[in-house]
Amino acid sequence: MVNTWIAATLVAVIAGVVGFFVVLRGAAFVAHAIPHGAFGGAAGAVLIGVNPIAGLGVFAVGGALGIGWLGRRGRHDVATALALVLMLGLGALFLSFSVEYAAAIYSLLFGEVLGVPSDELLPIAGLGIACIAALALLYRPLMLTSITPEVAEARGVRAQRIETGFLLVVALAATMTVPVVGVLLMFSLMIGPAATAGSLTRSPRNAIGLSVLLALATVWLAVAVSYLTNLPVGFFVGTLGAVSYGCARIWTARRRGRTATA
Amino acid sequence: MNVLPDHGADDPILSVDGVSVWLSGREVLHDVRFRIMPGEFTGLIGSNGAGKTTLFRVILGLQASSTGSVLVGGRPLTRRNPIIGYVPQKVFLDPDMPLRARDVVALGLDGHRLGVPLGWRRRRQAVDAMLDAVDARHFADARVGNLSGGEQQRVLIAHALISRPRLLLLDEPLANLDIRAEGEVVALLARIAREQRIAVLISAHDVNPLLPVLDRLVYVASGKTASGTTAEVIRAEVLSALYGQHVDVLRVHGRILVVAGAEGPSGVTFEETDGAAVGPDIVSLR
Amino acid sequence: MNQLLRALFAPGFFASGPVHAALVVGAVVALVTGAVGVFTVIRGQAFAGHALGEVGSAGGSAAFLGGANPLWGFMGIAVVAAGLIELLGLHRPRARDVATGLVLGAGLGLAALFLYLDATSSSTTGVAVTILFGSLFAVSQQMLPSIVALSAVSLVVIALCYRMLLLSSLSSDLAAARGVPVRALGIAYLVIMAVAVSLAAETIGAILATALVVGPPATALRLTKRPGGALVVAGLVGVAAVWLGIVLAYDSYYWAPAGHGWPVSFFVVALVFLFYLVAGAVTGIAEARRRRHWETAPRLAASGCAEHPGDAA
Repeated sequence: MVNTWIAATLVAVIAGVVGFFVVLRGAAFVAHAIPHGAFGGAAGAVLIGVNPIAGLGVFAVGGALGIGWLGRRGRHDVATALALVLMLGLGALFLSFSVEYAAAIYSLLFGEVLGVPSDELLPIAGLGIACIAALALLYRPLMLTSITPEVAEARGVRAQRIETGFLLVVALAATMTVPVVGVLLMFSLMIGPAATAGSLTRSPRNAIGLSVLLALATVWLAVAVSYLTNLPVGFFVGTLGAVSYGCARIWTARRRGRTATA
Repeated sequence: MNVLPDHGADDPILSVDGVSVWLSGREVLHDVRFRIMPGEFTGLIGSNGAGKTTLFRVILGLQASSTGSVLVGGRPLTRRNPIIGYVPQKVFLDPDMPLRARDVVALGLDGHRLGVPLGWRRRRQAVDAMLDAVDARHFADARVGNLSGGEQQRVLIAHALISRPRLLLLDEPLANLDIRAEGEVVALLARIAREQRIAVLISAHDVNPLLPVLDRLVYVASGKTASGTTAEVIRAEVLSALYGQHVDVLRVHGRILVVAGAEGPSGVTFEETDGAAVGPDIVSLR
Repeated sequence: MNQLLRALFAPGFFASGPVHAALVVGAVVALVTGAVGVFTVIRGQAFAGHALGEVGSAGGSAAFLGGANPLWGFMGIAVVAAGLIELLGLHRPRARDVATGLVLGAGLGLAALFLYLDATSSSTTGVAVTILFGSLFAVSQQMLPSIVALSAVSLVVIALCYRMLLLSSLSSDLAAARGVPVRALGIAYLVIMAVAVSLAAETIGAILATALVVGPPATALRLTKRPGGALVVAGLVGVAAVWLGIVLAYDSYYWAPAGHGWPVSFFVVALVFLFYLVAGAVTGIAEARRRRHWETAPRLAASGCAEHPGDAA
């Protein structure tokens, strides 16, 4: 149980930070596609008897680069969709060959937070630090290319490289979190808290901070409720994310309405 | 960071000499030539699709010209030229972004560098000074997407000016502004040009809002240009030669109307010629 | 000739009942998703399309729990989700992206719940696999009339709204000025897309449905510039992918490891992806040839800008 709390906390911090940039760049689809597609890699790794993390890593990085490459030649959302279904299709193929696939799929997709072995905690922490360091390095060009891409281009920022770097960070985050918390939980944790924080704060620094806090609150609450009810964690994280964003939107709309009438 | 040690105040900050640009088999700009001196306020006037954005991209070093040369500060072009500040056309500042006006201005300082910004106090002072210079201090902490068009334009001007350029390029900054905001932005730019001796090159489809402050103008039509003072360029003979058809220039209460002549299509122009409506302003090479 | 046929089609292919059903269902569904998907791609709604498919898996697993055919579950929840996306997502790109993402997250949460309950309440394994990855050979023959009817209705609606949809996809302001009820049309389109995605989910699985909705239309839009033509080409590409996928899956029973058929859904997805790449290569070559033709236009050596050649590329 202690391991679960530590793992959940680590994942929440990473998801909160990465999620801020995902929401800022309107990249929810990619943030969904990379971890989800990577699941196919895990299935392949299980089939050939390798550590699933290796498979996840290969597919996540391959997916990120593939989406970047295809997206340069066609519509970005189409490229994302097709790269995703190809990876998932391969996943379906690998799963059909392995023996006990139903349970394996279920835990990869929806997570098994309640049974995290201690030797997985250190790698998660290490990769998490790497992710956050990479985002700190890319912080300014990521902001500039999101807000005034033309100015970024004129200043000599290679938007394409920044985008690829960002996708690789998402891939890295996916690789280490998916085996622990599953595809669904990681994705929900990246979008819900960050979107809520973005609608409640004005400065990027506050938004990142609040996003991490909300992600922590969401995941702790979800783990606790899941432990008590014995129902899947992913369900609670997904609903809490949507509910918190809905509340934030209603609150800001009402506040704006009040200042308008005052 | 003095980038112009050997460059005197009397030399042009920008000289465009015989620039032509071919895009997809079409000559978008033909033999463009003009100069801008430090502190000068120049208008780049032409209809949508006349080639204004393409010319800006050439000056910024983002678009290679087929012929001719461009010197900025007496030197050939480079990408990432620190003496040019740039305000692009139609920046969409989404109200959903958690971003204050001051964050946008700060990104103008060093947004192209890797890493997180350090030296908060110095940056903050620089940003505050810049916000004061464009009269934007009172909405510095507001969400930038919720500001009015004129306020956003001022923030973007500060974003371009904070890196201390010698030449400021603004692509259609007056589009989508109401008359009052238009006047405020023009007055602000004129003041900055005069006080800080920054050369301003501003593109617009209508010359009238700029008339009180223009030193010179470059008129673009059908990819060809004419440059000089307003009185020299906006004359029936010059513009008729540019458009390749007869046009009349009417002056009404200090405002200028360019009208197609009897043999051309009637009505007020800045008429698109030869199907330039989907022209170079929209074409991008990527 | 007979030899060739025998090499292509494994024995029993033409006599098998499930194969017949699969061919019919696959073709009908591919035609619908092709027509509907062209607008999905033009309107930039690939993410919404994908989200509807995945959210559908919650409905599919719930339907299984209640003993109904998954198709009704897919469709029920996908239509609700489509409404939610439209309701939440304003017309700003980031808000729409976030709204779609949150509906997807919540939907997947529900799927987690229902699949968990499915697994605990019944002894049959593999529900998750069928719902998520589908199996064209397992589509029940009783569902055939419903699938054909739903497909026909979708095609009729698309045909009726064709011009309005095209205009509003081009510019919603232009469409509104012409008196098109843009908002209502947007919701109606999402509902039709939900139906199409559900049909695709029934065929190749909830999380792979996107392949049929996005792939063939994107391929068609690379091959033809005419929107009407794109609808037809997309349908044909989709049918080709599904039929070829069925043949290969049937044949794969005799491949290594022997006695184990490869999933149809995998073949369909892989073929769709392959077609998209080939179409890109074909148009890329044509484009390069045309450009080379243009470059012969007078283009003198650049002098002042020669220091950064290729910057613009």
